[in-house]
Amino acid sequence: MSDKKIRVLVAKPGLDGHDRGAKVVARGLRDAGFEVIYLGLRLTPEQIAESAIQEDADVVGLSCLSGAHMAVFPATVKLIREKGGKDVLVVGGGIIPKEDVPKLTGAGMAGLFGPGTSLDEIAKFIRAKAGG
Amino acid sequence: MTEKSSERKKIFKTTVGGIEVNRVYAAADVPASKEERLGLPGEYPFTRHIMPTGYRGRLWTMRQYAGFGTVEETNERFKYLFKQGQTGFSVAFHLPTQEGYDSDHPLAAGEVGKCGVAIDSLQDMERLWEGIPLADVSTSMTINATAPIILAMYIAAAEKQGADKAKLNGTVQNDILKEYIARNTYIFGPAASMRLVTDICAYCAGELPQWNSISISGYHMREAGATAVQEAAFTLANGIAYVQAMLDRGMEVDSFAPRFSFFFAANNNVLEEVAKFRALRRMWAGIMKERFASKNARSMMLRYHVQTDGFTLTAQQPLNNIVRVTLQALAAVLGGCQSLHTNSFDEALALPSEQAVQVALRTQQIIAEESGTADTVDPLGGSWYVERLTDEIEKRAMAYIAEIDGMGGALKAIEKGYVQQEIANSAYDYQKAVDSKEQVIVGVNSYVTADEYTPKTLEIGAEVERKQRERLKKLRAERDNAKVARVLEQVRSVARTDDNVMPVMIEAARAYATLGEISDALRSVFGEYREPSIL
Repeated sequence: MSDKKIRVLVAKPGLDGHDRGAKVVARGLRDAGFEVIYLGLRLTPEQIAESAIQEDADVVGLSCLSGAHMAVFPATVKLIREKGGKDVLVVGGGIIPKEDVPKLTGAGMAGLFGPGTSLDEIAKFIRAKAGG
Repeated sequence: MTEKSSERKKIFKTTVGGIEVNRVYAAADVPASKEERLGLPGEYPFTRHIMPTGYRGRLWTMRQYAGFGTVEETNERFKYLFKQGQTGFSVAFHLPTQEGYDSDHPLAAGEVGKCGVAIDSLQDMERLWEGIPLADVSTSMTINATAPIILAMYIAAAEKQGADKAKLNGTVQNDILKEYIARNTYIFGPAASMRLVTDICAYCAGELPQWNSISISGYHMREAGATAVQEAAFTLANGIAYVQAMLDRGMEVDSFAPRFSFFFAANNNVLEEVAKFRALRRMWAGIMKERFASKNARSMMLRYHVQTDGFTLTAQQPLNNIVRVTLQALAAVLGGCQSLHTNSFDEALALPSEQAVQVALRTQQIIAEESGTADTVDPLGGSWYVERLTDEIEKRAMAYIAEIDGMGGALKAIEKGYVQQEIANSAYDYQKAVDSKEQVIVGVNSYVTADEYTPKTLEIGAEVERKQRERLKKLRAERDNAKVARVLEQVRSVARTDDNVMPVMIEAARAYATLGEISDALRSVFGEYREPSIL
């Protein structure tokens, strides 16, 4: 276990403005000892991927409640990989219908967290998967 | 064992971050001057209701927010509802329309038709209302940053139907301040946005006398994490900012204030919510009379729409949400709302299904027709607990308003990030309370069972996006593009002056300039807002 803090980038792709969840998760992870960069909302997958590489993020957390997740989540993963972020762990949250979960994990999302998930659950998942 | 230790908790509170609740309330908990602070229903300060008859005269409007996919699908739905006798419509627009992008913009990818109907031009607006006489219905439109454009398209569509503009009835949300705080569909910075908000209010005061020019909204702040007190305080602080901005334009208070309306959330704590609505009515009446020297009782009446609080819906054991919505709707009715939207039980899972939408509407009908709660005005008035809570909410909310006044008003408090930070803190405290089980959520952190129930949910296909893009392409090829270029130049030049933008917006709509093009013209003058990062 290294002393280096796990760097988590939290962002909202697309036009959805519901940022309560993204902000609470960002703050919760910060309080749990992660290094958190909150990128904000109304971002394209391109902008998020770019920042993930520039910020040398270990983890990217995406949030979408508008129903656009099938368009924006896989696109973000693909761009992160293309830009060289091979090992970046990409997770997501929001209103994600059950039937979409396997499609998203198939597209490279490591985990999806719906409403009712505790902060602790998310922190544990990231620690287990992103090491540190 | 002392009597105290036999209680379930050390401290009882209405909600997380809410008001401490005593074991029991008695006459000593409410001031002797209670009667004059209450008044009768329909009388200043309207604590009990704005109408003397309450719901005995007329029930609240059951106004379900809807809109999905293409204009044709939404039009089908509206026509069906119109034939069923519904004359009040509430339109949800997809996010690109709300944020000033056409459906073929890269940022619109995946969003087209998702959270509402896609409107790119007057052509879409005409199709949306085909077969529905706009002179005979009332339309509530959830639109803010692009409200001048959408209202202009609505007016232009009504004109094409031959409707008299003065007879148009409805509401535009047009509340930009809460967008910076919570809902986040802003485009321009606060100063330019306030000008657009007041342009609409001033235009409506002159040209659309039956139109509610603004719906000052606490709902989205509550959804973002605000407590009941914060919701009440920040909404009225925004209301004060809008009234002041209109006065600063030289308008006389009673020329516009009667058309101001409000929008609040209803949460699970029934009695706190009832007290909140009662306190809000009294506070607004006092603010209008004392602070703004209004002479017209209609300016003092807080008229409002309520939506049950979507955040409280759980993805786990979704049928339980029907009970939550019932409690919330009951609070809205006991509190005296003018219109109500009840959420569907499957909304934490996906866009609502038809069955869930029907149950939501039936919930309101059962409260109205079977519960008896609508048969007398303000049935909880005089309850020592409810009166005490009403006073307490008023006291705490007025303290917040005084603090915001001290910062120079709501706009300044928002620019500083004060309001956003207060709400973010409440949201975080709430999550921690849920994680520690200090706040029990049935089916989520307690009474958990393996989830078997999966409701059938609505899915919007990708063909909507393709169709809308093709339609735009065709429109751009067929319209008079020289005329569009001219009118967009006029939009830019009016935006640079202090003139009201509404007339040129209507011109642009008539010329079939698209919503994205008109928004871009305004962006070129006003620039774009970038939010400060507040966790």
